[in-house]
Order: sequence, then C-alpha cells, then structure tokens
Amino acid sequence: MTQQILIAVVVLGALGILFAVVLYFVAQKFKVVEDPLIDEVAEVLPGANCGGCGKAGCRAFAEACVQQGNLEGLRCAPGGDAVAAKIAELLGCAMVQGEPQVAVVRCNPANCGEKRRSNYDGLRSCAFQNTVYTGESGCPFGCLGCGDCVEACQFDAIHLDPVTGVPTVDADRCTACGACAKACPRRIIELRNKGKKDRRVYVSCMNREKGAIAMKSCANACIGCGKCEKVCPMSAITITDNLSYIDYTKCIACRKCVVECPTKAIHDVGFPTPAVKPAPKPEAPAAPAAEKVEIPVAETAKA
Amino acid sequence: MGGVHPEENKISNDAAIEVMPVGKQMVVLMNQHLGAPATPVVQKGDKVKVGQLIGEAQAFMCANVHSPVSGTVLKVDSCKDAFGLSKPAVYINVEGDEWLETIDRTPDIKRECTLEPKEIVAKLKEMGIVGLGGATFPAHIKYSIPEGKKAEYLIINAAECEPYLTSDYRVMMEHAEEVCIGISILRRALGVPNAYIGIESNKPAAIAHMQEVARQFEGIVVEPLKVKYPQGAEKQLINAVTGRRVPSGKLPIDVGCVVSNLGTTFAVYEAIQKNKPLIENILTVTGKELPSQHNYIVRIGTTYNEIIAHSIGQLPETTGKVISGGTMMGKAVVNLDAPTVKGNASVLVIGEKEARRAPETACIRCGKCASACPMGLEPYLFSLLVKNGRTEEAKEHNILDCIECGCCFFSCPANKPLTDEIRLGKNRVRAMMAAKK
Repeated sequence: MTQQILIAVVVLGALGILFAVVLYFVAQKFKVVEDPLIDEVAEVLPGANCGGCGKAGCRAFAEACVQQGNLEGLRCAPGGDAVAAKIAELLGCAMVQGEPQVAVVRCNPANCGEKRRSNYDGLRSCAFQNTVYTGESGCPFGCLGCGDCVEACQFDAIHLDPVTGVPTVDADRCTACGACAKACPRRIIELRNKGKKDRRVYVSCMNREKGAIAMKSCANACIGCGKCEKVCPMSAITITDNLSYIDYTKCIACRKCVVECPTKAIHDVGFPTPAVKPAPKPEAPAAPAAEKVEIPVAETAKA
Repeated sequence: MGGVHPEENKISNDAAIEVMPVGKQMVVLMNQHLGAPATPVVQKGDKVKVGQLIGEAQAFMCANVHSPVSGTVLKVDSCKDAFGLSKPAVYINVEGDEWLETIDRTPDIKRECTLEPKEIVAKLKEMGIVGLGGATFPAHIKYSIPEGKKAEYLIINAAECEPYLTSDYRVMMEHAEEVCIGISILRRALGVPNAYIGIESNKPAAIAHMQEVARQFEGIVVEPLKVKYPQGAEKQLINAVTGRRVPSGKLPIDVGCVVSNLGTTFAVYEAIQKNKPLIENILTVTGKELPSQHNYIVRIGTTYNEIIAHSIGQLPETTGKVISGGTMMGKAVVNLDAPTVKGNASVLVIGEKEARRAPETACIRCGKCASACPMGLEPYLFSLLVKNGRTEEAKEHNILDCIECGCCFFSCPANKPLTDEIRLGKNRVRAMMAAKK
C-alpha cells in the first residue's frame, strides 16, 4: 500500500518537474514583450471604444501611440486636448494640439413633420430607407429621420427633434468621434471645427441637384446661386455640383453669407443675436438719425 | 416548399384591354431596365417618330429605349421617377401620331419566322425588349446562352400569383395566338424542343383557352400549377414544372432552364414579327375602392396621374397608397407625376386602412416565417443577425438566396418587417463582398 502511494507520488512528481522545465523553456522561447507604456496610455483614454480615431478601439489606439512614439496624426477626439497632453507626457513627446470639433447635421428640410410629402412606415433604418426611395421629405439628399446616427452615438449627444424628425447635436456632449457621420447613409453629418466662442457657420444642405430641381425638392435647399461665394471676404466658400461649401479653416464667422443666402440654407450657431443685414453704405446710418429728429421727443431732448 | 395564400383580389379579370390615349407631353426615362442607363441619341429640337431609337444601349447590361410618341424633343434632362429619384430622361412634345414606316401596324397575325437564333437575339436587342415580369432584365442577355451551357426547357411564367394583377390574364385571353408565336420564336432562339406555360389553376378560363390555341403549335405545353404565392417566382416555377432545383448562388440556365414572363413573349412577337419596339405596357388599374376596374395598353412615359385621370378621374379620398405592382412585391409610388417605365404592370390603389402596417410586437418564436419561406431560409434568424450587425453570419446562412417575395412578413403574427430587414442585410452582405474584392 505504502509502496503504491510512493510510486504514484514519485511518478507524478517527476512528471510535474519535467513539464515545468518544458514549460519554462517554451515560455522563454515564445516570450512576448509588451511595453508597459501601452497599459499606461490605455488607462488615460476614455475607454468608449468609439472608433473615432480610426483604430479598432482604445487599446489599439494606445498601441499605435506607443509604437509611433509621438502623437503625429493620432488624436482621440472624445479625450480632446486633455488626454492628448497626458499621452504626450507619458510618451515624452510634444503635444499635438487639435482644434476642437463638433458634428453638424447638414439638412434643414422644409417638408418635414406635418408637412412631409409621404409617410414611411417600413423598417426604422435609414440605411434601408435610403435604398427604397427619397424619404419623407422628398429630397434625395436629405435626412431620412430613422435615427441611425442616434443609435451609433456612444455619448448620447445626438437626438431626433420630435417636431422635424431631423437629428440635433448636443454640442456639449458631442466628442466629434465621427460615429454618426459614418452611420449616416446620406453622409449629411460633417465634423467641423467648433469655432471661436462656439460660433460656427455652415451650409445646412447637401442637395447637389440643379437649383430649380433642388427648390422643388425643398424650399430650404442650397440652389448653388453663388451669392455667398461672392460676398465672402475670406474666399472660404466654394461651389461644386450646385452646392455651396464653407471651409471652416478659412471662415471668420462674419455671417455675410447667412444674410445673403436667398433660401436660408446657411445656418449660424452660437451667436447671441440673429444675423441681420448691416447698413451697407456710410450714408445709411444718417437716415434713421434724421428720422429720429422728426420725432417730437427727440426735439425736446435737443432743446 | 413554403408559400402563402394572400387574398387574390383579381377584380379586374373581366375588364378587356383598352387603349389609353396619348398625352400632350411624354417623358421617357433612360433608365427603364436593370443595369446602366441608355445614352440619349437625340437632341433638343429633333423630330422623332413613334418607335424611333432615342436611347442607345452602350453598356453591356443595358437596353435600347425608343420613342413612344411622335413629336419634337423639348429637352434632354433629368426627371424624378416614381420614387422621387432623379433619372436621365428625354422630354418629347407630342405632335400627331406618326409611326416609323418599318412598323407593321396591321391587325394581321404573322406566324412564320425564318430568322436564325442569333438574328432573333440581335433583333430583341435592337427593339429594346426587357423582361416584363418585374426585374426588367434585358432580353438579349437572357437569350444569349453562355458558352458551354445548354437550355433544355423554356418555361413561360403565366402564374400571375401576385394579388390584384390581371394584365397577363387579359393578354392570354385576348392575344393567345400572338403569345404562342412569341413562344415559338423564343424556342427557336434557344433551340429547345419544348416550352411550358405555367398557369395557376385558379385561372381555368385562361388554361382552357391557352390549351386550345397551343394545340395548333408544335412543342407548347400548358402546365396548370398549384395556387400558391410565389408560384411565379423563377426558382419556384422551375421546380413546379421540371422538378429541378436551382442550387444556391446559381442561375436557372445552370439547370438547363430559361424562364420568361408571359408579357415578354407578347412583346417578343411584336418586336420580331411586327418590328415594333417595346414602347407600350399592358397595365392593370385596380383597387377595391375604385368605381371601375381597367386593363390598358399604355404608352411608356405616360404619367401615373394621366392614367388615373383617364381611368377613374381622381383618386378616392380614402386612398392610402398607390402601388406599382402587386401587394406582395410592388413598390409604393411617391411621385404620381412620374412617367411609367417598361415593366410597370399595374396602378394599384389601396385604401388608407389596408395600406397601414400594423404595429410591430416582439417575436414569439412561432416559426411561421421559416415555414412560409419558399427558399427554405430562416427569416427570424436574419432579423436578429441584421439587427446586431452580424453580416458574415447572415451570409453563411445564405441570406443572398432570399427572393424578397414578402412571405415572411406576410405570415408574421408579430408584424415584424422581416423582408425589409433581410433586404438591408443583403445590401450589407453585397457591400461586404464588394469591399473584400
């Protein structure tokens, strides 16, 4: 009995030692050296795995950062400059400052909500509706209103407006990861610079049809008339395929185009007062002043 | 396998085919078929005659487009189609009704055809013939049998299994002889011994009439079919007539079959024997709430509004949808100012109550969709896979075999939009495959 136990212990013990030795050498041979820096970088990232950086997730982004050794061309949009600074510190490289961006929905349908032209009751998916027809607004370039972008957003920053059915972006929550822009089958969501004091001007339309046809599709459509292009002091506006585009790197948010646009297709965001046509000529301010003089109160004041 | 029994509603069965008058202006889309749009060969100010070529097929998958009217070309521009999408089009101001001299407009029936198979196919191409069963597949491509393959069966689809549609039925009742000549021509083009006309047995009058006429022709067999939707779908029809099954991802010609729609055979007859290009549709105007039911011969390019105005005056107030096609596979028309195109088989008016989809509820795992699917697929599974973005798995489960007949949605007690989900899934699978290439 004792002998049997002894045999078992010796055999199993010997096998155990043998496997341990084999495993040791195998582990040495196939050793994977991972930079501990990757873990550290991954730690400071937001961890939403939104994919906005173009990598598979936050860890893949961290790997890319460490491998490259600097932040050239790598940016975590949700983390912004704060995260970029932390990563730069960990990597010991220069921080690349990025302009904060925000998602912008480039559609403002005239025929939406109660005024929609047809009633879609199929599958609630923009990607599907896009293959069926123009959508409820009747514009082949416009928002379909099924909320594929809302579903794609990891940050609860984009919601469908209950009245118009078109998504609106919550600029405070939006991290400009670009998930909504990718989800939109009509590509009407664009990432634009937030702009100074959160003020930005953009063309809220994607209709590339000729003016007359675009007008039939939607009263708020950009008709490619070129008035904005002419009025822009920074030549930030270009017109391609009957559609105006404002280059946000050149735009100074003077809002001359907003005033000029005949179809109100150019929108301004973040300004305290609505855009009004400024008095064009120097004599113009004199005219209201003269009017004022005629008012009796003004006369008494004068006296 | 599978199939459903929707209400037939063939209420326009007894309305004889009438001729719809030509409007004042015609818009002819260049994109009336599966594939690339035809290239316009006329310019503003050109005078055209009925049957003159105005759009030429330059791509491989394309078909010629001919002028359905005589008059002056107003412009070559774009026009919104029935679904609101802009398509290239030729606008023609109608002046008189002057036909090309080559077109034989006499009512005489011409039986003899001495053309060689290659000449027949060339003429089908010249005349812009496309399949009129719904897919508008260019006929000259279908009847050019690829090298190394051989057609053994020609099957004519006269099942007309879609609810409401009666245009094929009327063609059989009124133009049986022409149809049989058209079939003989196609038989000659393919070199097959026998052609089978598949008719659902709920049309006994059509079966009897076709059998009587077919007796005068060699090698045409009328095959009564079980009543079941989708009996007229290509693969189901092949199975019903020959007992063969088209394997997944293969074409009918791989099992030696060529399937043609009945309307197409009539168009083939007119093209080959009468030199008449495809410029007219035979179209049903029907709906339960309409005061009268009609079947028309309509020039291609007539707008939906013109058809409605001529046939019933105006749409009833309770109209919910106007559908081009039947209730199962037809598409709702959002732009009634759009011109009709080749292959439009109906203007179907559905009441508001009937048009609305019932609210969707949760899947109760009853499996009705799987037993209704004529392709033996599992729609409930696709629904989940598509919802969760598992495109690869959907492909493995043969989502691309789906023929989009709508049986799953029709049979679902939870009103889940299964067909829509599968169509979305198919698009994703195709995009994925294209990206891999």
